[in-house]
Amino acid sequence: MTQLRRGVFPARLTDPMADERTQPFWDAALAGRLSIARCDACGTFVFPAEPFCFTCQGDAFTYTDLPGTGTIYTFTVVRHPLAPQLADVVPYVSGVVELDGTQGAGCRVIANIVDVDPETVQIGDRVRIRFDRITDTYAVPRFVPDAG
Amino acid sequence: MVQEGDAATMKDQTAIAGIGYTPYYKRGQSLPQTETEMACKAILAALADAGLTVHDLDGFTIYSSSIDPATVGSILGVPEVRFAATLTSGGGGTAGSLGLAAAAIVSGQAEVCVTVMTLQQAARRLGGTQVDGGGSGGGGGGGSPYGSGRVPQGFVMAAGSGLLSPGHSFALLTQRHMKLYGTKREHLAEVAISQRENAIKRPTALRREPLTLDDYFNARMLSDPLCLFDYTMESDGAVAAIVTSAQRARDLRQPPVYIMGSANGGAGRWGSAIFSYFQMPDEYFASSGHRTVAKRMFDMAGVGPQDVDVALLYDHFSPLVIMQLEDYGFCGIGEGGPFVAEGNIRFDGGTIAVNTHGGHLSEAYIIGMTHVREAVEQLRGVAVNQVQGAEIALVTGGPAGLPVSGTLLRR
Ligand SMILES: [Zn+2]
Repeated sequence: MTQLRRGVFPARLTDPMADERTQPFWDAALAGRLSIARCDACGTFVFPAEPFCFTCQGDAFTYTDLPGTGTIYTFTVVRHPLAPQLADVVPYVSGVVELDGTQGAGCRVIANIVDVDPETVQIGDRVRIRFDRITDTYAVPRFVPDAG
Repeated sequence: MVQEGDAATMKDQTAIAGIGYTPYYKRGQSLPQTETEMACKAILAALADAGLTVHDLDGFTIYSSSIDPATVGSILGVPEVRFAATLTSGGGGTAGSLGLAAAAIVSGQAEVCVTVMTLQQAARRLGGTQVDGGGSGGGGGGGSPYGSGRVPQGFVMAAGSGLLSPGHSFALLTQRHMKLYGTKREHLAEVAISQRENAIKRPTALRREPLTLDDYFNARMLSDPLCLFDYTMESDGAVAAIVTSAQRARDLRQPPVYIMGSANGGAGRWGSAIFSYFQMPDEYFASSGHRTVAKRMFDMAGVGPQDVDVALLYDHFSPLVIMQLEDYGFCGIGEGGPFVAEGNIRFDGGTIAVNTHGGHLSEAYIIGMTHVREAVEQLRGVAVNQVQGAEIALVTGGPAGLPVSGTLLRR
């Protein structure tokens, strides 16, 4: 049982249950890198990876490393614990982040945003992805403020 | 004299002939009845309201997996089921399932269809966590509860994100709406308070205590920017509507409520919208997802938002009422907050009466069907908060994952 920390939503999986198409993201995550499937034909980033590109219907993708920085697109501050054990975790911030170097919509990442003040966090704040290792096969993506 | 419908579409060719319902109960209070039992009660009541019997019923047009027609058809002794179909996904199909009934009838596949919702939140709670909110690992040793190691990766991302419930999802859309357009909590409060004012006068409503702006701002924040009063309640009950041809409806017990236009669906990239998706393009991320549906519905009906007398807008969360007012054209995109703040949705003195029954926020939450009932009561002229001379009502389903839906009804 991991120590609960206020503001840090506890990871609840021990494995990402990925397949050939989606495993490269998790392999990179375990190595501390952000890597996202990019359409070979048109350059659209698709996350989570899917069999087809929604822009051009292409079916060939190459995993491409990204800097891991981005901008908070929207967020919520969860204040009401939906499970008893979350009473020591709320308030926590969860949100949607648009990644630098991508087209935005279609490869947004949803994640817990940690080390931020829930009373002052804003849409547009700059953040950086951090992969917190849970097991040998799973590292949960979280975002932290990006000092720049 | 009623005009015959437009032969090119199903406009005005069908009508709601009957409506039936159980009492509305606070969550769990409908026990020891079952969901199926309540559905049957609502269906029998709706048939009786229309002056029909089980022997006339031949179609089931449902949404959100409300009932199994095989079960209900056999329990009630329906002589022959000729059409059994559902809109996919959840509450977004409420209004559209009436259109599904109309399509079945106009195409000659069925004569009398029922749309029904039944809900008992004692065992299953729709507003709760999508997945267990546990503190330690869940998946376990690399194994998958879904078999063969394959799980939708959106689920995996959601499980790590802390986004657990519909309230968290819609908070994200609302926060973005506030950022883009300056929508304020006072605007959300006006939706909650105006609907409570309507519920106070309606004996069937479950929340009838007065609600002030102070009460609203003193309430617990659940998921910013949403507080307790922005969330729907949880409740039990069943509501059914009977749809048949306009011609047949004119010979039945109640005045027909004609289906002028109906549409379901949404922009393809609206997708599943919430829970784990959030990939909608910028231009309609902070919306109800209804814009394309609204256009097709109004086009079929040949009228516009200015012709609508009462709007029954699916209100699981107060800000989604504001976004639907925009997407159905009652005001401009981004203008929904000031629009409600100016009193426009008030039953007394507004320009478009909204959720005159109190809605999900204050009357009861039966996944949209209470809105259908209210539309029918308004157009029969027997509503508790009767809009004088109401001729056209809008009823919607969703905001939710695709399909969302809208239906225009007229007397
Ligand atoms: Zn492409």
